[in-house]
Amino acid sequence: MKALTANRLIDGEVVWLGRSGQWVEMLQSAWGLETPEAEAEALAIGAQAVADRLLVDPYLIDLRRTEDGIEAVRFRERIRAKGPTTRPDLGKQARRETSAA
Amino acid sequence: MYRYDEFDTDFVSARVEQFTDQVRRRLAGDLDEEQFKPLRLMNGVYLQLHAYMLRVAIPYGTLNGAQMRKLAYVARTYDRGYGHFTTRQNIQFNWPRLKDIPAILEELATVEMHAIQTSGNCIRNVTADHFSAAAADEILDPRPYAEILRQWSSLHPEFSFLPRKFKIAVTGAPHDRAAVQVHDIGLQAKRDADGNVGFTVFVGGGLGRTPMIARKVRDFLPEEDLLAYCEAILRVYNRYGRRDNKYKARIKILVHETGVETLKADIEREFEEIRHGVLRLPQDEIDRITDYFAAPPFDADADDGSLDRASAADPALAAFVERNLHAHKAPGYASVTISLKPIGKAPGDATADQMDAVAALAERYGHDEIRVSHEQNLVLPHVRKADVPAIFEGLKAAGLAEANAGLVTDIIACPGMDFCALATARSIPVAQRISERFGTPERQRDIGDLKIKISGCINACGHHHVGHIGILGVEKKGEEYYQITLGGSGDENSSIGEIIGRGFSYDDVVDAVETLVDTYIGLRETPQEDFLAAYRRVGDAPFKEALYGTA
Repeated sequence: MKALTANRLIDGEVVWLGRSGQWVEMLQSAWGLETPEAEAEALAIGAQAVADRLLVDPYLIDLRRTEDGIEAVRFRERIRAKGPTTRPDLGKQARRETSAA
Repeated sequence: MYRYDEFDTDFVSARVEQFTDQVRRRLAGDLDEEQFKPLRLMNGVYLQLHAYMLRVAIPYGTLNGAQMRKLAYVARTYDRGYGHFTTRQNIQFNWPRLKDIPAILEELATVEMHAIQTSGNCIRNVTADHFSAAAADEILDPRPYAEILRQWSSLHPEFSFLPRKFKIAVTGAPHDRAAVQVHDIGLQAKRDADGNVGFTVFVGGGLGRTPMIARKVRDFLPEEDLLAYCEAILRVYNRYGRRDNKYKARIKILVHETGVETLKADIEREFEEIRHGVLRLPQDEIDRITDYFAAPPFDADADDGSLDRASAADPALAAFVERNLHAHKAPGYASVTISLKPIGKAPGDATADQMDAVAALAERYGHDEIRVSHEQNLVLPHVRKADVPAIFEGLKAAGLAEANAGLVTDIIACPGMDFCALATARSIPVAQRISERFGTPERQRDIGDLKIKISGCINACGHHHVGHIGILGVEKKGEEYYQITLGGSGDENSSIGEIIGRGFSYDDVVDAVETLVDTYIGLRETPQEDFLAAYRRVGDAPFKEALYGTA
């Protein structure tokens, strides 16, 4: 399973393509891409978002299922999804609830 | 301190205006990312893992209280309440929004600060000894020359699209605290027997994936030739430096592939063409710039013995004096290192409140002068010894009184994978764990001088190649993995550390460092023989055996 991620142009915030086509700020709301067709569709939405000046450099990441939901396979992407491991008070991990982009 | 003239003010405000318009055009869609990226990099703006990052220049590591307060203001208003001081004497903000960066740059310009030459393939901000104009062993203040090089290099049309970035460092003391031999150009200012000023010139040093110690190309370059000679070096580099592969594009590769003698001949030939031209430095201009850097008037009877008495009564103060005071050229004065390495904290980070506290101490006790060291600490270069107890109290209140300058917990670490888009492993938490492991005052003082430097990828921003113990974090099969090097040094006797053997996991690397330190303690001849001296005496065999056994 994959997801499409990028940084938001205006403020650099990490976002993922969500299940209903909007850009979400929390990985748990990301659209898990299960097929090559879904990946192609996501990439096309990403390209349009770049053209619309919403995002910078979207790319696909690998996901896996966990007991609580999903997480990124690569450690780097898990850090992007949460925030610095050294500063639990910073980044997405510091938020109390999820919010949409 | 250097103050902007009309030209500098116009230059910086024109740049703020220009970049403000570029950001506006990017957000409006008139520029795409491919067009915008080189423009933002020319203004210190990176896109990192979680957010944009803004790197602000602190030329030759010198700033005043008002400038430090402005950095605190930016941290509080536009960032997350802190900043990260770097190994190039700069500061990085890790969380600015792109849309706010024009406003940040406008704020910085009001105190003569900017983000120019902090990124991109240009001549970067010139770095210098953090004890400039203060150190007892200094021959002359290198900063006027750093500023002259800055004026020459800013917007230099011929050198705005170099094959790769280009870093220059200057020292004016025989003990090199600016690591000049691991820079593209390293300059060691000195005087000849007649008192004339000149420079020993080193070329082609650097760390990164191909670490190299610079080669000496001139033993004594007269000061009037400084710019012409640097221009000659840059011209040769600009012409012959490789552009086909960014990993082979630094001048060190050119020196290595061409040979230093051939390259030196090229430089000298170029130099002969231009040495009598417009770049020859007029003495009155050197004097004019030097005047900006004049040391404050020192009080002839500043030492009233009170520091000695206070230290005798307060062991914590005595420890601080022993480690964090550096000998000053004026009697009764000292330079104070403010450690940004409190035990267990991220190396180089300072909160906005801490920045304000340091500014207040500098204004009250330090002739309004602050330095940033490449070892990610701050320095009050000129303080009366009699004021040290009060400064120590002020630092304690700010959480910055750790008496660990030069000790095992005074670790250099790059931001690593917690922040950096290039990193392959984390650096900061490794530094924090080492700091906690050795953090008791008795233990670190028993270990003595020891430089541990940690990089989270092969680009070596944490200078691991020149750490007495160097740690390089890489990714191996999806896991963080740390390679250890021993015997590196970044001073006048520079050396590149040697890999000791196979690497260690994130969990095991701190134990490995402890094994190395314990091995050193066991084999040192006296407590005065520091880690590097002991390693150079015995070689790597005992350390290898301790880590991996004899099999």
